[in-house]
Amino acid sequence: MARLELDRLTKRYGDFHAVRNVTLRIEEGEFLVLLGPSGCGKTTTLRMVAGFIEPTAGRVILGGRDVTDLPPWHRNAGLVFQSYALFPHLSAAENVAFGLEMRKVPAPEIATRVAEALRLVRLESLGDRLPRQLSGGQQQRVALARALVFKPDVLLLDEPLSNLDAKLRQEVRIEIRELQRQLGLTTIMVTHDQEEALTMADRLVVMNEGEVRQVGTQQDLYERPADRFVAGFVGRSTFLEGVVEAPNRFRSAGGLIIRCSGGTPGPAALALRPERLAILETGGARPDNVLPGIVEFVSYLGASIDVHVRLSPNERVVIQTTNRSEAPTLKAGDKVEVGWSADSGALFEDHARPGTASVS
Amino acid sequence: MAQSVARPIGSKFSGTILSRRIGRFALNAMATIGLGYILTPLVFVTWLAFFAQEIPSFPPEGYSLRWFAAIAGNDRFISGFLLSLQVGVVATLIGLSLGVPAALCLSRFRFAGREALNSLLLLPLVVPGIVLGMALYVFHVEAEIHTGLPILGSLGGLVAGHVLVVIPWTVRLVTASLAGLDRSIEEAAQSLGANRWVTFRRITVPAILPGVVAAALFGFVSSFGNLEMSLFLVGPGRTTLPIAILQYLEWKIDPTIAAVSVLQIVLIGGAMLITDRFVKISRVV
Repeated sequence: MARLELDRLTKRYGDFHAVRNVTLRIEEGEFLVLLGPSGCGKTTTLRMVAGFIEPTAGRVILGGRDVTDLPPWHRNAGLVFQSYALFPHLSAAENVAFGLEMRKVPAPEIATRVAEALRLVRLESLGDRLPRQLSGGQQQRVALARALVFKPDVLLLDEPLSNLDAKLRQEVRIEIRELQRQLGLTTIMVTHDQEEALTMADRLVVMNEGEVRQVGTQQDLYERPADRFVAGFVGRSTFLEGVVEAPNRFRSAGGLIIRCSGGTPGPAALALRPERLAILETGGARPDNVLPGIVEFVSYLGASIDVHVRLSPNERVVIQTTNRSEAPTLKAGDKVEVGWSADSGALFEDHARPGTASVS
Repeated sequence: MAQSVARPIGSKFSGTILSRRIGRFALNAMATIGLGYILTPLVFVTWLAFFAQEIPSFPPEGYSLRWFAAIAGNDRFISGFLLSLQVGVVATLIGLSLGVPAALCLSRFRFAGREALNSLLLLPLVVPGIVLGMALYVFHVEAEIHTGLPILGSLGGLVAGHVLVVIPWTVRLVTASLAGLDRSIEEAAQSLGANRWVTFRRITVPAILPGVVAAALFGFVSSFGNLEMSLFLVGPGRTTLPIAILQYLEWKIDPTIAAVSVLQIVLIGGAMLITDRFVKISRVV
């Protein structure tokens, strides 16, 4: 295993920047997740690391070795594809053995290492099966064993779970993560699934339109989103458009005066997390902001209930409330008071670039 | 279904079952008629081959194997069979060596004139055999006049013509199996340390093998059975099996021809069944 560095990696197709100036450093044994909507450049980045796409500019440095100009077969990167990409005419064991054969490992050693790899993914008894005789989850594990058996410098996972059903996905997620930790694998995973990214990653990279928008831990992204895109993409946020009139004072387009934390005067958006807002009960504590509103609709989610409240003719917020038996039942048309503290909202000045947004 | 259950159970519900029964019956009937239409001539030819009398008439006067014995005694059929076999095998091999790389280029690369090239390679399948044979004949005449080489009626000329018949099959079937190939399995091989050539040999070729085998089989069959084009290309003393059959029919209509046909059917059918055991052609065609 080795450390991986991407230095100003760029891929341009004509005028279109698929990936622009991506600089990342993945430490030995770290699990890094590239997260973003489809077309954000995360897969292109991964494929440049694997060697299938030649970067327009920038370098890929793997374990101190510049591999930018090396073909995929000289890079020593283990890859797991979305479609698993098992060789259909070879058995599970032969699939796993392929990488070792290519490295001219002697046959007896191949046999022991393949058996060991299959045991690692709990498929020791199914080595003779052809891929089409295996279930989706089993194929996925063969693909993982195949990518691990030759001790790659880096493990690359391209949406490895998206073809599994929801329940299996949860299990395999944990399995991959445990295996990765146990073997100390430097890993990059690409996904558009937020929950998957949050549960598996040591660190996350949020990408959009070919650029890195923020790099950080789960808490960094959720509590301190670098820009409006990240605030909207990671977790849920309701945005209110408006202006910062003076520090700590935000006026929404609909005329609501909201106390906020910091900010420089000028146009901005205020992002509010649904679970940081509350429907105030009569006689309870009064937070910094108390705004009257009318319930528009209520969606019952089991453990929690989302209440959509209209604060002004064109502005509404979502409030996530815990499902408590003693809480009053709300219905559309009810008059309520919504409250939150000044530091619960994140301010994003308009046209904010990463790093310039003031975050509270 | 759920909808009809939700309504009062009655005529509507039994109506769907009835109409489904009628639909299934109609489908089976159509399939039977279609299959019958295809199989009837084969059945009659096979039956006829065992008739004892010389002039085919119904009902048969008796059954005999004499017509099969007659084939063995007929030099024209034997030499025709050997020539057709020889031409078919050589043309198929040449056709594959041209058609497989062509299919690879057509499905892997985007270039100007790609569609046009694809159509051109499939064209011999569309042009009537007579037209193709006539055109090649005229071309051979002109080529011989200008080069002085013995092209007209040569074995090389005949094989070259048959290669044209084989190419569309190889291009079509190999392209189809390449289209069904997940490109990421080749990338997987490369990430595991296989360079382009090793990837092609170890991964791509085995994956498209059923398509190549099917192409070889269909190419060979269409070459082996080709009559119209071959009529223009054979030289003196060189007769393919279909031409030998045609010439025989000009003088006689005894069941020898039926016996020859039965042997052909058995040969080709057997080849298909055996090949299908090793590579699933049915997945490609």
